[in-house]
Amino acid sequence: MRPLIEVRGLRKDYRRGGAVLHAVDGIDLALMPGEAVGVIGESGAGKSTLARLITRLERPTSGGVFYQDTDVTSLSDRALRRFRREVQPVFQDPLTALNPRWVVRRLITEPLKIYGERDAERRVDEVLRDVGLGKDLMTRHPRDLSGGERQRVAIARALVLRPSMLVLDEPTASVDMATKRTLLALLNRLQSEHGLTCLYISHDIRTIEETCSRTIVMYRGRLAEEGPTTAILSSPSHVYTQILMSSIPRIDSAETRPGRLRARPFSRQHLPDTGCLFAHSCPRVQPECATDPPVVEVTPGHRAACVLADRASDQSR
Amino acid sequence: MPGLEIDGLRVSIGGRDVVRAVDLHIAPGSCAGLVGESGSGKSLLALASVGLLPRAARVTAGRIILGGDVTVTADLDRTAKVRGSGIAMIFQSPRTALNPLLRVGHQVGRVLRRNGQHADLTRRCAELLGAVGILEPGKVARLYPHELSGGMCQRVMIAMGIACEPQMLIADEPTTALDVTVQADILDLLDDIRSRTRMGMLLISHDMSVVAERCDSISVMWRGAIVEAGTSRTVIGSPRHPFTAELVRDVAHRPQPKDRPAQRSPAGPADGPPTEARG
Repeated sequence: MRPLIEVRGLRKDYRRGGAVLHAVDGIDLALMPGEAVGVIGESGAGKSTLARLITRLERPTSGGVFYQDTDVTSLSDRALRRFRREVQPVFQDPLTALNPRWVVRRLITEPLKIYGERDAERRVDEVLRDVGLGKDLMTRHPRDLSGGERQRVAIARALVLRPSMLVLDEPTASVDMATKRTLLALLNRLQSEHGLTCLYISHDIRTIEETCSRTIVMYRGRLAEEGPTTAILSSPSHVYTQILMSSIPRIDSAETRPGRLRARPFSRQHLPDTGCLFAHSCPRVQPECATDPPVVEVTPGHRAACVLADRASDQSR
Repeated sequence: MPGLEIDGLRVSIGGRDVVRAVDLHIAPGSCAGLVGESGSGKSLLALASVGLLPRAARVTAGRIILGGDVTVTADLDRTAKVRGSGIAMIFQSPRTALNPLLRVGHQVGRVLRRNGQHADLTRRCAELLGAVGILEPGKVARLYPHELSGGMCQRVMIAMGIACEPQMLIADEPTTALDVTVQADILDLLDDIRSRTRMGMLLISHDMSVVAERCDSISVMWRGAIVEAGTSRTVIGSPRHPFTAELVRDVAHRPQPKDRPAQRSPAGPADGPPTEARG
């Protein structure tokens, strides 16, 4: 099977004053049809920029995004229109992403109008039912909805054209625990019922754990680790991922847990941009970390850009 | 009884009870957790304890006792006297809680001045910023909040909170807006301060795993009332109220994370029955 979407050597630089920020710094990634992949990492890791590049809301500085083998960075307006129909974004905060002056009906009908679809009314009814929203909400404005309802409207808007892929940027960040639970159940159901390909961007590891079979860990624009979600969670190989995983609060009693692995404090003024980007803060830094780390294949499909990745897996075996 | 004692507290907004007869005791040096969903009244309970309730809300019954002295009843509010040195609070979004127009050193200094400390403020501020794990505290004191990361802003808030060595610190979702690694660092810092100073702490969160990991006892708040309370071990190990059970289930450690096939034919059948949204 060929990937539905593929990212090759993707880079995006932002210039601020005289400084250049490498927001996305050489990412390769492929999503198979029907697959759900998660991207995790702390704020500033470049996750949202990656999402904006894949949905062609931004153009990359170099590298390409290929949808069914066509580079979307150089599409004609007409082809871009076709692409936009297939790859739909869902943003973090529906309150700012949805037009505040439109009612729910108009918000969801608009994409159908843009693409000249007939029988819009029936399709809107259908998609509302699909995301579990009642018809009584049709005449409400986004501000009159609860956080969970708003995110459902955003999902319905994205689904109404029957896309093949959703790019969800922090879909559960603006809601509380109970709402998150139901949203994740909804997203899982929609994904399997419609065979959707999904890219989840989240700093919340639980969201990724519940939805994605494969996970990518980003650190300062680069790939730190990639592999099956199970492997990333239970036997992380990059020291950064290990720190990330051991920072997740757990309800099992503190006495039975090994001590937490901690990053070393560092000053933001002196961040290196060569070699391993995590080295300044890594508790297990090695002399060879001053050069770009090799990408080590720990097990098939599980790769980590860390000189210690091999040794970590040796220990766990 | 020393520490903080909340005794039958009621808070109303427009005649409607939003905090209903809440009892809570936090012993000196201990950490109590308060968990609940948004809108359950956790934050109002916290704000009542430091006398910062919004104008529309008022205490209608019960009392709050800090270190043996009554500070709040329906017709009494002595919190202004104890705020800072007796009880202090840190907030969820440090960036909005800090004044954007003032250098952070100045803001820490104001807390000290308000509590009658005027000598050697610059040195004292740098000491406090150093105590909350800020590298180059002298330099950071001269920066504005927008020049700091979220985690650094929260460290500054904590420095302000502990500036006058309060007996009790109320931390209202102190790490909700932060990355998970920064969250762990901030919670470690609060643990460390608590063990050094015998300060009591009320840690408020919507995340059961955060309080389970850090607190000696847990109270669960639901629609304005405490529906379950006990040691962390009992509340987590055998929750009695269905709402508590739900909160525990949300964060329960799964032995194996959800493992699904890496590929699925788009037209193929779904794996098993679709997951239905629960209540």
